[in-house]
Amino acid sequence: MENNTDTEFLESLADKEYEHGFVTNIEMDILPPGLNEDTIRFISAKKNEPQWMLEWRLKAYNAFLKMELPTWQNFKMPEMNFQGISYYAAPKNTPKYNSLDEVDPELLATFEKLGIPLNERKKLLGVKDDVADVITDEDGNVSERPLVAIDAVFDSVSVATTYKEELKKHGIIFCSISEAIQDHPELVKEYIGSVVPQTDNIFAALNSAVFSDGSFVYIPKGVRCPMELSTYFRINAENTGQFERTLIIADEGAYVSYLEGCTAPQRDEHQLHAAIVEIVAHKDAEVKYSTVQNWYPGDKDGLGGVYNFVTKRGICKGANSIISWTQVETGSAITWKYPSVILQGDNSYGEFYSVAVAKGKQIADTGTKMIHIGKNTRSRIISKGISAGNGQNSYRGLVSIGAKADNARNFTQCDSMLIGDRCGAHTFPYIDAKNPTATLEHEATTSKIGEDQIFYLNARGIDTEKAVEMIVNGFAKEVLNKLPMEFAVEAQKLLAVSLEGSVG
Amino acid sequence: MLSIKNLHARVEDKEILKGLNLEVKAGEVHAIMGPNGAGKSSLASVLAGRENYEVTEGSVTLDGKDILEMAPEERAREGVFLAFQYPIEIPGVSNINFLKTALNEIRTHRGLDPMTAKEFLQKSKEKQALVEFDAKLVNRSLNEGFSGGEKKRNEIFQLAMLEPKLAILDETDSGLDIDALRIVSRGVNKLRSENNAFILITHYQRLLDYIVPDYVHVLSDGKIVKTGGKELALELEEKGYDWLK
Repeated sequence: MENNTDTEFLESLADKEYEHGFVTNIEMDILPPGLNEDTIRFISAKKNEPQWMLEWRLKAYNAFLKMELPTWQNFKMPEMNFQGISYYAAPKNTPKYNSLDEVDPELLATFEKLGIPLNERKKLLGVKDDVADVITDEDGNVSERPLVAIDAVFDSVSVATTYKEELKKHGIIFCSISEAIQDHPELVKEYIGSVVPQTDNIFAALNSAVFSDGSFVYIPKGVRCPMELSTYFRINAENTGQFERTLIIADEGAYVSYLEGCTAPQRDEHQLHAAIVEIVAHKDAEVKYSTVQNWYPGDKDGLGGVYNFVTKRGICKGANSIISWTQVETGSAITWKYPSVILQGDNSYGEFYSVAVAKGKQIADTGTKMIHIGKNTRSRIISKGISAGNGQNSYRGLVSIGAKADNARNFTQCDSMLIGDRCGAHTFPYIDAKNPTATLEHEATTSKIGEDQIFYLNARGIDTEKAVEMIVNGFAKEVLNKLPMEFAVEAQKLLAVSLEGSVG
Repeated sequence: MLSIKNLHARVEDKEILKGLNLEVKAGEVHAIMGPNGAGKSSLASVLAGRENYEVTEGSVTLDGKDILEMAPEERAREGVFLAFQYPIEIPGVSNINFLKTALNEIRTHRGLDPMTAKEFLQKSKEKQALVEFDAKLVNRSLNEGFSGGEKKRNEIFQLAMLEPKLAILDETDSGLDIDALRIVSRGVNKLRSENNAFILITHYQRLLDYIVPDYVHVLSDGKIVKTGGKELALELEEKGYDWLK
């Protein structure tokens, strides 16, 4: 074996090309760059929105104008030229599809290439219901492939939503937020901005003003959603921002598991992604939200890449409700994201499971806020940060215990893994406890992938690349285990790919 | 099977092996004893291909193939197995999945198909029974939170699963209580065959009561200074190493 040091080896892994960097050539309607009231009126008109929606957007825009970029993050905020971004880009001739057959084949092909099947699984002859495919895991266990309904968002618009009719039978609404504004205005009006106020932060204000599309989910009382729901976001057009907005409402006793994935082409300039996700869980409801974030991270010298400034928050409104965030963050040049839970209902429970990778010149500043308001509320935070190359990974978390939150409990565990010696891991845990009955636990570890660990696996016939993959996946296992199975396999592969070349 | 000729090796500027010669044939068990700092564990590391050891002279061949040119994983696939003195903990990686990956890498190298999950689990059960390895440890994370004895026993379980040509046991007896020592030794004795060979590196004659070697070598200051049969170990126990200098 060459006389590479561990460090050199570990560092050379980071250069693997981004797999989803291709561009789809399709005719687009693109608004020229620039942001003013007319931009907002244009977007609202393009979507044929009611007056109240336009007014809501304009209010947000006025708030946005008065707000400043945040300064507390653990990195230097890049310059944001909000006038240099195009705020609307949609494939031409894509008003609304009545069926998938009407979707531009080029778009279907794009999602197919990304591994996102937009065809509803064909029914087999003589079989009444949809027959799930069969999948085999790496140990050879065979199981039914779960059905997943997908809302596919291409730049500013939702191009297709699958299994809508099937879901309708259960009273479940799963559609783009644009459609929801048309078809279910009462629900949108009641809940939009109720968890993430327009003025929460400058990116939230911007999103509230210009949000283009996103997904809307409503699960009625007592309904357990029979399949996974999923949104897949694709940025394609140049110089555009993506500002999607997702709203999920689980009524009393309802259950839903929701997945989100995303990719973008490889471009030399930075693209802004400023999304909002709001979740409302009523009494006894449970919402699981899983993300595998794989936006283009930029090249190894930090050229290009997506700026990912996202506000995600859920509220456990009713007693005994549960909200669980799981995220695998492997992409983006900068990730600034703190999926949070407001634990308002008594006995409600919030979870945050995260794996964040920062390699090359990537920056990840991510974590969560658990706001305990109700009695006997509990929360659990498991954060795993992996840093390689020159990557900088920060965990930032707040556990807040309100005066009335008797017997609140939180457990926080932050583990950092360093690959090579030019990267960094940082932890910023904040605690704000106003009730003496609270129980708070915090554990933190930092480890380096050791030469010893790699050699041990080498000595059993496993090469170094695979050894690192195993060690990293082992490190992230607790989080990966929380993902729905199909997603977990994808995430494992993604972690392997995104660290390939970090070790030499 | 293994042929070491005039082996010189160093770590940084310090020469550790100074012209070591050793021939090991299939079916043989060789014990290597010697005082602290003689280079016993260094020999094990050099054979397994640990990175910070630099070979400056000499050759090592396994069935005629030069293993010094090979990366550690290639040596393992060719049939070299090092039972570590201090087995490493790898959190989150299950013992059984690790072994399956390792075994299939080795099989692929030998032109065999990867084992199916069913075949593999069957084999795992047989070998667990053979070396008396606790089934509970099979599904745990690799060595994580194992006691010293459990780690050593896991090395023997891995040895049983991977079926190498040449197994080097680096002070596997150190830190074992008498019961664990018996179990480990029984395992090794069951694994001995006409087709494989063992090198036992040990401080103590005690291990050799259980695993009876064909040859005992004394390693001192980077060279083998004396070779004998199993009775040499008893002599060393009685007289120490000083008389050999």
